[in-house]
Amino acid sequence: MKKYLSFFQLRFAMGLQYRTAALAGIITQFAWGGMQIMMYRAFYHTDAAAFPMTLSATASYIWLQQAFLAFFAVWMMENEIFDSIVNGNIAYELCRPVSIYNMWAARSIASRLARAVLRCFPILIVAAFIPQPYGIGAPASLLHFLLFVLSLILGLAVTVTFCLLIYVLAFFTISPQGLRMVFTSCVEFFSGAVIPLPFFPDKIRSIMELLPFASMQNAALRIYSASIGTDEIRRAIGLQIFWLVALTAAGKLLCRLAEKRIIVQGG
Amino acid sequence: MITMEHVCKSYRIAKRNAGFAEACKALFHREYEIIHALNDVSFTIHDGEMVGYIGPNGAGKSSTIKILSGILTPDSGTVLVDGRVPYKNRIEHVREIGVVFGQRSQLWWDVPVIDSFALLKDIYSISDICYRQSLEELTELLNLSELLRSPARQLSLGQRMRCEIAASLLHRPRILFLDEPTIGLDAVSKLAVRDFILRQNQTHKTTVILTTHDMQDIESLTSRILLIGKGQILLDGSLDDIRTGNESIDATVAELYRTYNI
Repeated sequence: MKKYLSFFQLRFAMGLQYRTAALAGIITQFAWGGMQIMMYRAFYHTDAAAFPMTLSATASYIWLQQAFLAFFAVWMMENEIFDSIVNGNIAYELCRPVSIYNMWAARSIASRLARAVLRCFPILIVAAFIPQPYGIGAPASLLHFLLFVLSLILGLAVTVTFCLLIYVLAFFTISPQGLRMVFTSCVEFFSGAVIPLPFFPDKIRSIMELLPFASMQNAALRIYSASIGTDEIRRAIGLQIFWLVALTAAGKLLCRLAEKRIIVQGG
Repeated sequence: MITMEHVCKSYRIAKRNAGFAEACKALFHREYEIIHALNDVSFTIHDGEMVGYIGPNGAGKSSTIKILSGILTPDSGTVLVDGRVPYKNRIEHVREIGVVFGQRSQLWWDVPVIDSFALLKDIYSISDICYRQSLEELTELLNLSELLRSPARQLSLGQRMRCEIAASLLHRPRILFLDEPTIGLDAVSKLAVRDFILRQNQTHKTTVILTTHDMQDIESLTSRILLIGKGQILLDGSLDDIRTGNESIDATVAELYRTYNI
């Protein structure tokens, strides 16, 4: 366990090194969040009753999404992992008494946490001071807040295990380009990163909510503003746990398979 | 003790001729060639031996090292290293070995070298005392004191190489695989590394298997050489066996390659 913790520490410390990147990220996220809220404002202005969430709930959703972007953005993958598979540096990782899968997991969680820690506080604090209904509202209740935190952590774990699956698949495809493109666009759409899931038609939504993508950001962000009921919260968290277990099992199995048939590229 | 018996490994390689038309053709019909990287390779290496593993480019040297270090699974044959099958119990196996791939890096690019070392300490669960001793010894012998606090990305190739070798030895492996460890080293570093490998072998009884194209490495380090060509072991003997007259070692080896037509 200690060794994975060290991977975590080293990667976390590395993530904290890039201050300019963090600043640029914060500015981008303000601009993006502001734009999205202005767009939704225009929609709500036309007919507020036509929407499943109130404008202030949508605004909270958007600001939280921006603050915790690094938790859930599947496109923020560890390039070093892909590089090591493509150029064969993975050989060194395989010469260590560690499980590749667990080590990658520790690294991914660390880099996402480091990025989020640098970025979330300025965004959350400023968004809290933006007047209602455009700023971030208080959580619906203390219980909702605690469930939000739990679901946020589970969502991060589901996102990471999903990325791990993509890393492992890169062993089989040699180049990760195609995988990344297909999976990141799927995730962006199905996870509610582009449009929150409640805005989809009911039939499609009921299926989308069962997919692993809905267990990433969708669950936590909707619990926060209580836009889903108690039963639905229970179901959403249950699904998150289910997908976490399923994705981990699939990833570990594939990883074992990959290690058996691996061919390290280059001399 | 390391034994390899009748080990075979082949790769499937897609081949095509140059040009756009050929590339289009390859979209529909692809030609593959099966390369027998290792073809019935057998040898035994005893504890504490230093063995030079030589052969022309593409002879199968790196494939052998990868199989012995548990990265690659052979198609057939048996491999035993101190009673372990490397590719079956990878994690237990790699605890006892150290590997240097001369053309790859194991140091973390962005952080000081000493941080990479500290990570290795935890990965191999090295005790504080052992770690301090190893680090002191390696720092002194490889002259690292100036380098440890710089990020790996700002070291020159030779400086980085010395750090890489140290990194592979922190956990005091019983067996050391060196795949072209003297690539890019200046004369002083080269001598230092050779001297260091010799001392490791003498004081810690480390078994060393060395692949290199630098015949001076072989001459100064190893008493036994294995010559591999086209995936087969062609010669297993000492340097004196192959030397004829007073030729330089490079000429001797070139002559040897010609004799075996590899």
